[in-house]
Amino acid sequence: MPPSLIQNESVLAIEIGAAVTRAVLFDVVEGQYRFVASGKAPSTAETPFRNIGIGVRAAIGVLQEITGSRLLGQDNNLIAPSQADGSGVDSVVAIISAGPVVRTVIAGLLPDVSAQSAHRLAQSTYARVVETLDLSDHRKPDQQLDAVLRSRPDLVILTGGTNHGASRSMLKILEAVGLACYMIPLEKRPMVLYAGNEQLAVDVQELLGAHAGMLKIARNLRPSLDREDLGPASAELASLVVNLRQRQLKGLDELNMWTGGNILPASYAQGRMIRFLSRQYESTRGLLSVNIGASATSVAAGFGDEVILRTYPQFGLGESLAGLLQHTDLEGIMRWLPLDIAPNTLREYLYQNSLCPGTLPATSDDHAIAQAIARQAMYLAVRAARRDFPGRGQTSKDLMPSLDLIIAGGGAVSDGLSLGQGLLMLLDAIQPVGILPMLMDQNNLLPLLGVAAVRNTYLPVQVIDSGAFIGLGTVVSVVAAAKYGEPVLRVKMTYRDGTDARVDVKFGGLEILPLPSGQSARLSLQPLQRADAGLGPGRSGSVTVTGGALGVVIDARGRPLHLPSDSVRRRELIKKWHYTVGG
Amino acid sequence: MLAPVLHILPLTTIVRERTLPVAGKVNVNVNQKVNPTDVVAEANYAREHVLLDVARTFGVSTKVADAMIKVKQGDRLTQGAVVAENGSFLSRSIKAPRAGRVMVAGGGQVLMEVGDARLELRAGLPGTVQRVIPERGAVIRTVGALIQGAWGNGRIDNGLMTSLIEKEDDILTSAQLDVSLRGSIILGGHVRDPETLKAAAEMPVRGLILSSLHYSLLQPAMQMRYPILVLDGFGVIPMNSTAFKLLTSNDKREVTVNAEFPDRYSGGRPEAIIPLPVSGEPDEPEDYVPFAVGQQARMRRSPHAGRIVTITRLPAGLSELPSGLRAPAAEVRLANGDTALVPLVNLEVVG
Repeated sequence: MPPSLIQNESVLAIEIGAAVTRAVLFDVVEGQYRFVASGKAPSTAETPFRNIGIGVRAAIGVLQEITGSRLLGQDNNLIAPSQADGSGVDSVVAIISAGPVVRTVIAGLLPDVSAQSAHRLAQSTYARVVETLDLSDHRKPDQQLDAVLRSRPDLVILTGGTNHGASRSMLKILEAVGLACYMIPLEKRPMVLYAGNEQLAVDVQELLGAHAGMLKIARNLRPSLDREDLGPASAELASLVVNLRQRQLKGLDELNMWTGGNILPASYAQGRMIRFLSRQYESTRGLLSVNIGASATSVAAGFGDEVILRTYPQFGLGESLAGLLQHTDLEGIMRWLPLDIAPNTLREYLYQNSLCPGTLPATSDDHAIAQAIARQAMYLAVRAARRDFPGRGQTSKDLMPSLDLIIAGGGAVSDGLSLGQGLLMLLDAIQPVGILPMLMDQNNLLPLLGVAAVRNTYLPVQVIDSGAFIGLGTVVSVVAAAKYGEPVLRVKMTYRDGTDARVDVKFGGLEILPLPSGQSARLSLQPLQRADAGLGPGRSGSVTVTGGALGVVIDARGRPLHLPSDSVRRRELIKKWHYTVGG
Repeated sequence: MLAPVLHILPLTTIVRERTLPVAGKVNVNVNQKVNPTDVVAEANYAREHVLLDVARTFGVSTKVADAMIKVKQGDRLTQGAVVAENGSFLSRSIKAPRAGRVMVAGGGQVLMEVGDARLELRAGLPGTVQRVIPERGAVIRTVGALIQGAWGNGRIDNGLMTSLIEKEDDILTSAQLDVSLRGSIILGGHVRDPETLKAAAEMPVRGLILSSLHYSLLQPAMQMRYPILVLDGFGVIPMNSTAFKLLTSNDKREVTVNAEFPDRYSGGRPEAIIPLPVSGEPDEPEDYVPFAVGQQARMRRSPHAGRIVTITRLPAGLSELPSGLRAPAAEVRLANGDTALVPLVNLEVVG
């Protein structure tokens, strides 16, 4: 449908998370789309409810209370389209991150080429790779078959062969996968995505069409040896994951009808939005979005037309918590704690809370532990994703590349934290370098806008321009080789009224210069000891910065951030930083 | 807001579906009485597969190879049975390397399943077959006490329950386990060392029902061949008072422990069932109910994880919690009379 025909329609966007279901209303106010309100309720995908519809209706119920408009009819069904009395909505879109981890088998040819690309593709969604078949695999075909059957896959990603390239080896792999699918009971057969040599599409359809749970054929993700193109395959993968969720989660079929098929996996929608923003705002250095939730931590980074999307179920704050220590040591989490707790207490916390992932910290100590875990999970996710970031703007392999903007969302950063605490968590976990603004997506709108854009391309632009995200402020991160307490930067901020504020920043310090949202100022930076404050090592200069809830934040705690090994001293510092950002 | 219900009930109707993971044969009929150890369904499944590539072995096309294949789908073959012959002057043949069944024959290949394993699905609880699920299993109905837990090691068994717990915060040690307990289901408190699990295995016991388990025992517990039902979670958590009272008052009764591994999406939840003789059938319990003042609830998270509380007030809208979070919450009264404000999502109603 052309955009002109669907303008001025109200849009209900629904998010089905592992812990929380959210209903968000976008509507036209004074000729522009605006975020109107958000209602949330506990998700009901899991036992004992096992029907996402219960949580969806509860979230819409809360939204109705907030807005005063009726969205559900007497029969508890959605009123659509909107009625003359103001009730109902015109369209519905949805994203989903709830659901068990997607057990994935990868079958490719060259382990360092197509199979590696397929691994990266799998990382774009809520997948865990449970088996890999490729040419380096010297098992007999029947052993490979048994390995696939034992792995009980939900999804098979088949890749390999450049276009017009290898076909014989690929056909062998296709036969093995086809045989495995045939052996699996009908109701459990995996979804299959083929994204290999395009010349074999007909053979793929013939060999797998009747045996896969569902088969999608995408463009080759490795059309030539030196080129990787994950875009088309990730779109087909997103569609397969939604189909898989429809099989796994009761109530999703109904939501699919409400949305007219406009449901996307949440992390895919996040990636779409980052691509869109990257183009819309002509980002030169890159945009980064981090979302940390119960099901996964997802990282989407846009560098021009290239989007890197990584979804890490292992770093989710729900049932994955018990497995977090397979990816980090206990000290990795303890280092963020302002509390003195026994290591065993933390271990017990991880195991116990993995049993009840939707619960919330009720006390401040419990909340402090939850925040420390969230920091480490986000740190691990960003660090893992960073390996695939292009090298431009990167001053060292250990550092983040210089970016234009960071947007963060998800319950761990937006619920119950002051904006200052939220910003501090992002600085600790992401450790950005250079000068950049940071935004908080308090209502988790970014992925919802990503799916809304499928229906209405005006909506995301207008909603973002209306200030739906909270500007935390502009962050200046200092990279320096200095001792704690040595001066590394002289800062002068000249406000528009001509007044100025000055501060000498010492290494290890965190300083805040007030600058309200919507205002800009001129920031002069004079690094000492060849420190790099975003203008190059030892280079001075002036930049225009925008304000935010915190203003301008100078983070001279070092990159990478080294925390004192002495735990007493470390906890004192953490408390001091918390105090600096407003407690 | 709807509350999940944790079933700890002295008398209720329990309906459970027991199904095979693969298609098989169902051995029971509707209205048939079953014991926990009765095999209600069984299946043979292949541990392994053998792929015989006839075309490649004989160096012929798949079409030619298909004509050489002497077996068809479903055939049961003994070891050494001829699978394909090339029929040439110096005739060569491909023989079954092991006994098994032909799964696929065609495309120049023969796929056999070998190493048959038998899968027996036991009733798991005493009761009456309410419904037969063709080729998969049955729905069984019984009446008795039901106690659901937080975690299980995936095993199932039944036996006479012997209580070794006197207080809710007791610790079960290997020193308490002697030969007189062989074949029993042991009701204990917290287990903190692997020796206790090993001693129970050596007995052997038919199962453990525990208040809580030290986190380091998660993997050892998974390896035990007897069921371990953990009622309240990991860490030193006392047994919730409702389960404590109900279980200790049923000492020396026959109990079925289905220590199913919890799966939040498939609905699997570990539980103990104590069948009781009654004249009438009580109602089946609800799995979720709206929160209400006066309900007994179990705290799912610290502080007071595992404690049973009474909901005394349900403030409207969002409440600010001591953590700083704002969420729908309930004011609850603990057994010692203290009150606390807790998020509703941290509570499960007991009933």
